[in-house]
Amino acid sequence: MTAKPRLTPAPPPGELIDSPRFPVAARRELGNTAQRRNLRLATHTIRDKRANAVGEMENWEQLREAGGAIKNRVLRHLPEYLEQLEESLTRNGATVHWARDAAEANRIVIALVQETGSQEVVKVKSMATQEIDLNEALEESGIAAWETDLAELIVQLGHDRPSHILVPAIHRNRSEVREIFLEEMGRYGTPAPPGLDDNPTNLANAARGHLREKFLRAKVAISGANFAVADTGSLVVVESEGNGRMCLTLPETLISVVGIEKVLPSFDDLEVFMQLLPRSSTAERMNPYTSVWSGASEGDGPQNVHVVLVDNGRTNALADPHGRQALRCIRCSACMNICPVFEKVGGHAYGSVYPGPIGAILNPQIRGTDSAVDRSLPFASSLCGACTEVCPVQIPIAELLVHMRGKVVDAKKAESKGVHMPHAEPAMMKAGGWVMGDHRRLEAAQLAAKAGGGVLGRFTDHIGPLPWPLSKWTNTRDVPNPPTKTFRDWWNVNRADQVEK
Amino acid sequence: MTETSRERPGEGLTVALFATCISDTMFPKTPQATVEVLERMGCRVVFPREQTCCGQIFTNTGYFDDAIPSVRTYVKAFGDYDYIVGPSGSCVGSVREQHPMLAERSKDAGLQRAATAVASRTLDVSEFIVDVLGVTDVGAYFPHRVTYHPTCHSMRVTKVGDRPYQLLKAVRGLELLELPEATQCCGFGGTFSLKNPDVSVSMAADKARNAASTGAEYLVAGDNACLMNIGGMLSRQKSAMTPIHLVEILAHTEGKRR
Repeated sequence: MTAKPRLTPAPPPGELIDSPRFPVAARRELGNTAQRRNLRLATHTIRDKRANAVGEMENWEQLREAGGAIKNRVLRHLPEYLEQLEESLTRNGATVHWARDAAEANRIVIALVQETGSQEVVKVKSMATQEIDLNEALEESGIAAWETDLAELIVQLGHDRPSHILVPAIHRNRSEVREIFLEEMGRYGTPAPPGLDDNPTNLANAARGHLREKFLRAKVAISGANFAVADTGSLVVVESEGNGRMCLTLPETLISVVGIEKVLPSFDDLEVFMQLLPRSSTAERMNPYTSVWSGASEGDGPQNVHVVLVDNGRTNALADPHGRQALRCIRCSACMNICPVFEKVGGHAYGSVYPGPIGAILNPQIRGTDSAVDRSLPFASSLCGACTEVCPVQIPIAELLVHMRGKVVDAKKAESKGVHMPHAEPAMMKAGGWVMGDHRRLEAAQLAAKAGGGVLGRFTDHIGPLPWPLSKWTNTRDVPNPPTKTFRDWWNVNRADQVEK
Repeated sequence: MTETSRERPGEGLTVALFATCISDTMFPKTPQATVEVLERMGCRVVFPREQTCCGQIFTNTGYFDDAIPSVRTYVKAFGDYDYIVGPSGSCVGSVREQHPMLAERSKDAGLQRAATAVASRTLDVSEFIVDVLGVTDVGAYFPHRVTYHPTCHSMRVTKVGDRPYQLLKAVRGLELLELPEATQCCGFGGTFSLKNPDVSVSMAADKARNAASTGAEYLVAGDNACLMNIGGMLSRQKSAMTPIHLVEILAHTEGKRR
């Protein structure tokens, strides 16, 4: 069997869900020193800018509270708001489609594109379509999907995957971008000007030239939406470049793929989110382009307007009253920018289009905890809580990481019921829990530590290599010897007369 | 207020010391220093022997059921005291923020009530000194250059705010140097350091480098687990910087040798 010639650049082989466990992928990514430099520079720059942009707002905490409260209301009454949204959109001349999962969403979109007879689509940057892997589904149906967001274009032309939800090419520097443009643009349309250097303005101009041809030719555009307003039946796209605006206005047909949690009750609610989102994501007071469209308007913009509302696991999260808080996410990316773990490894280590702290709590909810990568994600955090502090809709991310760890452990325990050889970890935790259940057991354990410390103290002032799993610590860090006297011992000698209570 | 009461603002208060299992076993100087400072302030300090651990290592690894015995032990040990004080933002934070959730999971209504009540009376030592005793100068003398790392849980869970800085600034002879990227995690994270050792070490290396760049003699923090992590990295790098718990500086007075 010969492979069909590809219409668009092929992404890396394999499915994200089959990614290795986070610690394994993290080690791989840590080895990429150029990427680490790029990530460190980018995350630290955007962090500082965000802090300034947010610091200007005296009522920031109230805005966060309002954002969280509105989203909570949406999640409590999701069916009602979705029905209202469908009704309003339909009244405005849009056609609403419902998709249970990725496969159904892709089938719907493909059929809609095929109806137009077009062999290609232009795309507005969209996480939902990344999530359902729409581009590859279209490719298999003989339809070329062109990413038009600058960073998404870099990723697509680079045969790569996004490593960040807002800055998908955060792992690349400009000389890498130059090479990708020179190498790939000509294969898929207008080539980069020969002699292109790595000046950002010149790189942007090369992208402009390459994309212009596609914008002017396109009959169909595909977008996501940042917000879907139930009362007015409006979709909202927030962007920086204006490339989204081109897609949303020029083609005849516009298909928007929207996660069901994106619904907002009322147009007035945008007041809150349009303050929270730009400052949290790009650290701007206001983003350059905000497009709002309410169905089809005669003689203005796309006449054939479709909205595909996608569940794809969101109702799994909704069923958990605690875990569902993750669905408040407005995809600003502040949590990944502030995350010291993300800063080290980038988005590819997370095996999902949603990386970073939010990905670590969202993926195991919407995809479940069956895959190795999804089981490892809640543990991909030191629980430092920096993410919780910056989240514009007050998602208690650190708390939900612990919540999801509990779910992973419960799932593992359920599986190992009746299995002859359980994992070492549950046995160690059970033993540890038992020791801490009574101070006499802790004191017995301390005897062992003191004895060890006493012997070691004759030879060295710190502990060297220890056996697994503690070797993971001592390979790179010293550990002080346990002292030969615990605090309890000291107390018994020095405060023996002190009576309790 | 008389001169005596300002010097001994803890007169008449009984404080139950929550030593924390890690300091009890590995860093006994820290709870000893806590006793010294609190007694110097006039408090009567007791050490309920039934205490063990906050159970955080189990909770944060996802083994909630295995953490419940720790909650029961904690309630039993500290249930009778108005002030429970520990030298750890992380362990205190776990008691305050996680014990109620664990008790709820136990389905034991009595434990839920008790755990919630005891949690609310549990304070980090910096909170107790600044808020309850109402002082920042505890008469300490420490003629050294130090830099302070605000540990993640003291800052974001227990929310001790600038209390440690207030306490350090009042120490005579002490020069406090600013730590670059102070609020960034040191990479410890409990079992995170074992489950994701590569990332953890990379984070610890950043923290050690930033600490070393200050030229301080001591790296101060309010959590011994974080200090053990950063200190382990400093030691491996043969750095001359010594990790030290905040309360050990506060215990140090003029004429006393470390």
